[in-house]
Amino acid sequence: MNTTMSLPAKAPDLPLQPRSAGFWTGVLRKLMRDPVAIGAGIVLLILVLMAIFAPLLTPHDPYQASMLKRLKPIGFEGYVLGTDELGRDMLSRLMVGARLSLFMGITPVLIAFVIGSGIGILAGYAGGLVNTLIMRTIDVLYAFPSVLLAIALSGALGAGIGNALLSLTIVFIPPIARVAESVTTQVRGRDYVEAARASGAGAVTIVRVHVLGNVLGPIFVYATSLIAVSMILASGLSFLGLGVRPPEPEWGLMLNTLRTAIYTQPLVAALPGAMIFITSISFNLLSDSLRSAMDVKA
Amino acid sequence: MSIGMSVEHIGADPHGDRGGPAQPLLTVRKLVKHFDLKKSFVETMMGGGKVVRAVDGVDFNVLKGETLGVVGESGCGKSTTARLLMHLIEPSAGEIVFDGETVGSPALPLREYRRQVQMVFQDSYSSLNPRLTIQDSIAFGPQVHGVGKRESMTRARDLLARVGLEPSRFAERYPHELSGGQRQRVNIARALASEPRLVILDEAVSALDKSVEAQVLNLLMDLKDEFGLTYVFISHDLHVVRYISDRVMVMYLGKVAETGPAEALFEHPLHPYTRALLSSMPSMDPDRRTEEAPLAGDPPNPIDPPPGCRFHTRCPLAEAICAEQTPTLAATGTRETACLIHEPGSRHTQTGAAIYAS
Repeated sequence: MNTTMSLPAKAPDLPLQPRSAGFWTGVLRKLMRDPVAIGAGIVLLILVLMAIFAPLLTPHDPYQASMLKRLKPIGFEGYVLGTDELGRDMLSRLMVGARLSLFMGITPVLIAFVIGSGIGILAGYAGGLVNTLIMRTIDVLYAFPSVLLAIALSGALGAGIGNALLSLTIVFIPPIARVAESVTTQVRGRDYVEAARASGAGAVTIVRVHVLGNVLGPIFVYATSLIAVSMILASGLSFLGLGVRPPEPEWGLMLNTLRTAIYTQPLVAALPGAMIFITSISFNLLSDSLRSAMDVKA
Repeated sequence: MSIGMSVEHIGADPHGDRGGPAQPLLTVRKLVKHFDLKKSFVETMMGGGKVVRAVDGVDFNVLKGETLGVVGESGCGKSTTARLLMHLIEPSAGEIVFDGETVGSPALPLREYRRQVQMVFQDSYSSLNPRLTIQDSIAFGPQVHGVGKRESMTRARDLLARVGLEPSRFAERYPHELSGGQRQRVNIARALASEPRLVILDEAVSALDKSVEAQVLNLLMDLKDEFGLTYVFISHDLHVVRYISDRVMVMYLGKVAETGPAEALFEHPLHPYTRALLSSMPSMDPDRRTEEAPLAGDPPNPIDPPPGCRFHTRCPLAEAICAEQTPTLAATGTRETACLIHEPGSRHTQTGAAIYAS
């Protein structure tokens, strides 16, 4: 009978445990041990730094055309990555293009993450009729293929960066809302949410304290994987003339204008595509690593 | 240190005893919960559709300061009853009266009721938020009820010490860093944090190792004395229920089969189902080896429960009348039984016969 009461008294000699680290500290520590995550992280860091400091780093003016130096190959003197169809330095244009491409990739996902999570958590926590109403409405948007929806919205709104961002945001809200809804529905059924209800807490308090912390992580991981899609879609819109307009450098647009040179300078023409590929695969790998690092049981 | 503090808390409790010691703490009347089965479109249009009669008209009292054990097979409605008592699910019908006040009435709004009644769940892991430190989890309840952050944290640490977890070592840990037994202690501390008068323990020790289970049971009994608690202890483990309970309620297929003081009920079960249930309990004494055959098979489907007495399909003493007449839960002294044999004037041939006077 007394064993339980004297338990704390029995074990005072044990060394004091270090204050246990928070959840995110643990995630960070696991990420630092994952070579794939580190590699992808370094690549993305370089890309972001390159985009931020592009004006200081570019060897040439990215807008300076030259009829004499059109479509020079990679390694041409003074032009490390060759020149495009108007004789502009590819390296400079790729560096400056990273700004718009990354911006177009991240911004719509970020906005859609905020809005979609809100909608999904509301639907998932409310359940019942509210859930049905919200989710079936979302499904109407979800039924369109994302490329088609983005093109249709951009086309309807008119060309331009702002409209492209808006249409991409609308495209990403339904999938994020669906993930948010399903994760929230799972968490809502856990005993700790029941226990919180049993202690008389209101819905807002329960969502704030018990649901958000357990739900935002998985949604965030899913959203990071959408950044790659967003970049590709944004490039696609630019390619179709619905996003960024020339002469602004943007990887998708560059891919479009260089397509005519695919037979004369295939390597140079493929460079913007390679940049899109590297960026999107880095985001994908990082979000994969993030997913496994956030798995508490692992 | 925690003892002095806790007593003070209770002394300062403005929501203390109202109806006096004779007033049952909890009175449950005709409690019913039917779950709708997923209906097809046609059934919805026809207004039909079947229901699972998980809890089908349950009456019982929980007296102040007692431990009421609730036993029964899987699917008999024990856990549904617990969730109904917590109002985690809405009852289909029936009434819950807490210390003389109907729950949900203006005199006792749900929020106030929930402060006075707390629950400990079976799964110690899923009942703690993995993203919160255990002291945050424990302090959550008091904070909801307007206790300041600093005071809630102090209370959380006191309670941790009281359930046998050194606060300086455990307070800032996360649930996955604790063992099952430690987590269940945290859950108990969490339940006690809002100073409840009634604690519902739904299979609270069932998932623990036997040695840890014994420790936690003893802890529960100590806490009960110290804080003046009343327990509803739900378990499928008959030994544990016998050990901890003052009174026991036996449930079968959404109904109460029998209630009575623990010793009397275990020594002289009145209802044939209780007898069958107890005979499934292995005995340590070779002179008292189990002679009655335990029940075979599963209980009938609660979607279409048998008419009359629900147990008649498996009852060794069933007669034709049992399928026609539904027994009522009738009191004899401190015991209550829902069996025609114990119902005076029923047409069961063994009525009144002292068959269990062994």
